[in-house]
Amino acid sequence: MQQYFHSVRLDEEKCKGCTNCIKHCPTEAIRVRKGRARIIEERCIDCGECIRICPNQAKLAITDCLEKLKDFKYTVALPAPSFYGQFKPEVTPSQVLSALLALGFHDVFEVALAAEAVSWAIRHYMGVCVDRPRPLISSACPAVVRLIQVRFPSLLEHIIPIESPMEIAGRMAREQACRKTGLEPDEIGTFFITPCPAKVTEVKQPSEGRSSVDGAISMAVVYGALLKRLEMPAPYPVAPRASGVGIGWGRAGGENEAIKAGSLLAVDGIHSVISVLEEIERGGLTDIDYLEAQACTGGCIGGPLVPQNPFVARVRMGNLVKYYRSQEKWEFPRELDYYRLKTPIPARPALTLAKDPQVALARLEEAERICTELPGLDCGSCGSPSCRALAEDIVQGYARRSYCIFELRERLQQLAEEMVELAQKQPPAMGRDWKQIRDGGVETD
Amino acid sequence: MQLKFQVKGMDFSRAGQAATKIKKALQLAGMDPATIRKAIIIAYEAEMNIVIHAYHGTLTANITPHKVEIIAEDEGPGIPDIPLAMQEGYSTAPPHIREMGFGAGMGLPNIKKSADELDIQSEVNKGTKLWAAVFNN
Repeated sequence: MQQYFHSVRLDEEKCKGCTNCIKHCPTEAIRVRKGRARIIEERCIDCGECIRICPNQAKLAITDCLEKLKDFKYTVALPAPSFYGQFKPEVTPSQVLSALLALGFHDVFEVALAAEAVSWAIRHYMGVCVDRPRPLISSACPAVVRLIQVRFPSLLEHIIPIESPMEIAGRMAREQACRKTGLEPDEIGTFFITPCPAKVTEVKQPSEGRSSVDGAISMAVVYGALLKRLEMPAPYPVAPRASGVGIGWGRAGGENEAIKAGSLLAVDGIHSVISVLEEIERGGLTDIDYLEAQACTGGCIGGPLVPQNPFVARVRMGNLVKYYRSQEKWEFPRELDYYRLKTPIPARPALTLAKDPQVALARLEEAERICTELPGLDCGSCGSPSCRALAEDIVQGYARRSYCIFELRERLQQLAEEMVELAQKQPPAMGRDWKQIRDGGVETD
Repeated sequence: MQLKFQVKGMDFSRAGQAATKIKKALQLAGMDPATIRKAIIIAYEAEMNIVIHAYHGTLTANITPHKVEIIAEDEGPGIPDIPLAMQEGYSTAPPHIREMGFGAGMGLPNIKKSADELDIQSEVNKGTKLWAAVFNN
């Protein structure tokens, strides 16, 4: 088995080798080599920034297809809260959920419902755990969790040890389906309707054991197939059970609105998340109890696999949250252990220059020196995202000094000058003007 | 190896940049996350102290596989009573600095909490030299 699974991949055919993606990657995980982008597996956090930025649609997310439903006797769809915001106002959530059944699923379990239970668990955890690190950081966005694993390993202890709503939804859906059908847990397939590649990776390669979710299908794919079926009569109508509290999780700020306890901070957009994490790392924000952090701008409705414009979806979500605010409370497990992460999330130190600290330090010193000599234009033509990154690549043996086109040009210029100079030098035996001698003229010097 | 940065007093727009660079270097050097965390807190607070209180100064990081030293040297008003300045909440920062959310009197106490070894020398109306060490285990 490969060490890392990644949902984000490259379409070799479409990639032109431009430098848009390398400049936007938050973990500097992409290099251009031989005219194609290459993803450094151990650094990639599957945030999908490159999918968004690529002008040639050469970055794609591997997700499961609807065919995979056939592998199971009984299948349950787990629509993400952000899914409700993708449709026109006249399409009700009930129609959307019913159409999922028409698509081939046997049942639907709303992730928004699990989000309500997780909101309770988070609130409860903050109440019982007095000596917790401050602020606690949400575990819901897998791209943020992996960002912390790679770039902020010292903040891993700040991540709340509570499972994400998707993971809890998968567990609850399976339990419910087992009770309903009498089938074995293995015979039931749970499928997340995902707004992003990060969730796909969380399903395929969870940080602990095995995910409760069997597959993740792109929201864009389901959306297309679903639109045709909205008109068709559903096998049986499904009423949404989730309230505005859970549905709100689909947009930035919704998680904190659902938790409603202590001092809360919400941040969205991967680069904004990074600056807040930097502040926490240097000892700041200790007056905050909980940080909601989402890699996508606008929250999950801004995911790379979401069909609707996030600003339109935001308004729609707002209306739904208001409308469903008063849904009846449902009975979910009220013990914290049901929601707890069993093992600590490991660090993924992919940014060191060498395993041996002595070697790493020597390389760091060398990289510092090279960096001062490079032009500092960060043009990306060398295939590395910045001059600094090129220096780091050089000391690790992944790049050569000649990759810098400005240095190359300078060296060529020097070489050309030397050639002109050489051309003007004559060996002693050739020190006469041959033409004049042949014509019988006077020899000149 | 050594990293050295110039820090200007009252330059809040660039405050924290030196500490961020030191952090990145420590990460590249493969230091333990706990060491990095302690060192960055010290570097940041020491850098902020120069920005808030001094005219100008330097922030230096000496990195070896076993130890990180952070040295902050400044020309400034100095600290008349170091034990008092080490108390949580004690601050001489003027109101306009506090309004920006700085100068809460936690700088030196936070440094003390994070440092394995700490030495502060100061002369009134001349400047302050802070030396802190974190051991990498």
